[in-house]
Amino acid sequence: MSLPPLTTLPNPIRPAFDKGSREGSVIVNIGPSHPATHGTIQIVAELNGERVVRTDVHCGYLHRGFEKECESHTWHNLIPYVDRLNYCSALINDFAYCEAVEKLMGIEITPRCRYLRTLLAEYSRIADHLTCTAAALMELGAMTAFLYLVTIRDYIYEHLADLTGARVTYSYGRIGGLAHDVPEGWLKRLEEILDEMETFTGRVHGLVDRNRIFIDRTRDVGVLSTAEAVNWGFTGPILRSTGAARDLRKDTPYLAYAELDFEVPVGIKGDNYDRYYVRMREIDESAHMIRQLVDLLPAGPLCVEDRRCTFPEKELVYTEIESLINHFKLVMEGPQVPPGEVYSAHEGANGELGFYLVSVGGGVPWKVHCRSPSFVHMGGVHRMLDGYQLADIVPTFGSVNMIGGECDR
Amino acid sequence: MIDAAFERVRERLAGVAGGTDVSHGVLVLLIEPAQLLATVRALRDDCGFDLFLDVTAVDWPEREPRFDVVYHFYSTREFVRVRVKTRVPAADPTVDTLVPLYGSARYMERECHDMYGIAFRGNDDLRPILLYEGFEGHPLRKDYPKQKEQPLVPYREPKP
Repeated sequence: MSLPPLTTLPNPIRPAFDKGSREGSVIVNIGPSHPATHGTIQIVAELNGERVVRTDVHCGYLHRGFEKECESHTWHNLIPYVDRLNYCSALINDFAYCEAVEKLMGIEITPRCRYLRTLLAEYSRIADHLTCTAAALMELGAMTAFLYLVTIRDYIYEHLADLTGARVTYSYGRIGGLAHDVPEGWLKRLEEILDEMETFTGRVHGLVDRNRIFIDRTRDVGVLSTAEAVNWGFTGPILRSTGAARDLRKDTPYLAYAELDFEVPVGIKGDNYDRYYVRMREIDESAHMIRQLVDLLPAGPLCVEDRRCTFPEKELVYTEIESLINHFKLVMEGPQVPPGEVYSAHEGANGELGFYLVSVGGGVPWKVHCRSPSFVHMGGVHRMLDGYQLADIVPTFGSVNMIGGECDR
Repeated sequence: MIDAAFERVRERLAGVAGGTDVSHGVLVLLIEPAQLLATVRALRDDCGFDLFLDVTAVDWPEREPRFDVVYHFYSTREFVRVRVKTRVPAADPTVDTLVPLYGSARYMERECHDMYGIAFRGNDDLRPILLYEGFEGHPLRKDYPKQKEQPLVPYREPKP
């Protein structure tokens, strides 16, 4: 069978406008597969010369029915799926989801698990910010800075692979605990990587911060005021870049954040430069938090002793009938979650990552909804693109850090 | 502190919202669809809920009215969350849009319309967002089969 000619395939989108609003303007389609935008996103832009008059942003090209699929698997089986939402900081997704289920079940996790989750969440945040900053700099031609930052990110990926067995999608969270404890020597290597990271981020600061080209491309580009950012639902580093010190880790402390000493970096005027700088400063704060957490990390059990969710020791499964049945029930029927609904939010690397879960009892969720920061940001990103140059779309879009897996679900 | 904030919201909304309840640290308001705009306006203007987090729906096929439309709001001053729930029937799943109050509502309502077919009265841009133009049905409704496929591009047999 031969393919029909391309022109007969239906257009998957209906643009908001197909005619210019004024004489001489041009409609340009950017994406969904464009070498200069990371993330599968389509921007239909009306241009007046080189200036962007208005934009219509379309996402959904990576939609894979995450929420529908969740309704036919047990609560445990969803952990690999939530990993694939924001695949740059998968552990934060894991822990946010697990905490939402634990709230529904009324479980309080063990102190060691709480500190370890906090540590790993901050470690993931570093990896995420490194990725975003590296990609945004590369798109402006800063290849050296890109390589410096992804070198460290790769150290972190390899290091997390030592812990979890996977480089990107870890499936490491468990309802009521974590998959297993940290291996011997892992925390020592962590300290080495943090030191190395500070050397490299220092070099990037030296290369970029006062660089004329970088400043010209980012200062006063994609400006957002605090009021506008709140109205359009921006959270996370983008909201903080406008000068509002809003951070869920400070404002509604969860995990072990209430016991940590850290600052919330903010920008001055919410432009691309501020977003770059806020992310770089957050990396420093995360490293500061991780060092405190290594010292605070208590000994003790990792998972709660709750037979509704925690798997029994493998040895007992093979030797003891109760544990065998417990294991079987957990695998076949899933953890028994009482009826109810919960909204639980963590400060993801991009903003407020919320899970809204509805349970009717039993081992399978009735509804799982993910409030993903990237999706909400895509609803407001036109405020940062309209009125600037066509070439500014690339750095502005890079500074938003849209993650397709999380945006399109 | 959170309790005090919730108490203030309750006082101010005494005339508007029906039941109020606190569930897992979130204040829950159950309201009639007709009161939605007034309630949310009061939440935003009088109670400081300036960040519109999320809108989604929950499908209860056995129940009448069939859909819960669920909103979440956050106050960036008091650091509390509120959930607003309202019920709409399958025959006329319509609620008022929140676009005049929050810019972010435009995109999120599009998603909810995609997934559940909830109509947002007054939102003039309910084009598909996560789905594509011409997609039939609303995939997150419980009666939409999980395995159903609606490809835009016809399948090609693999070449031998």
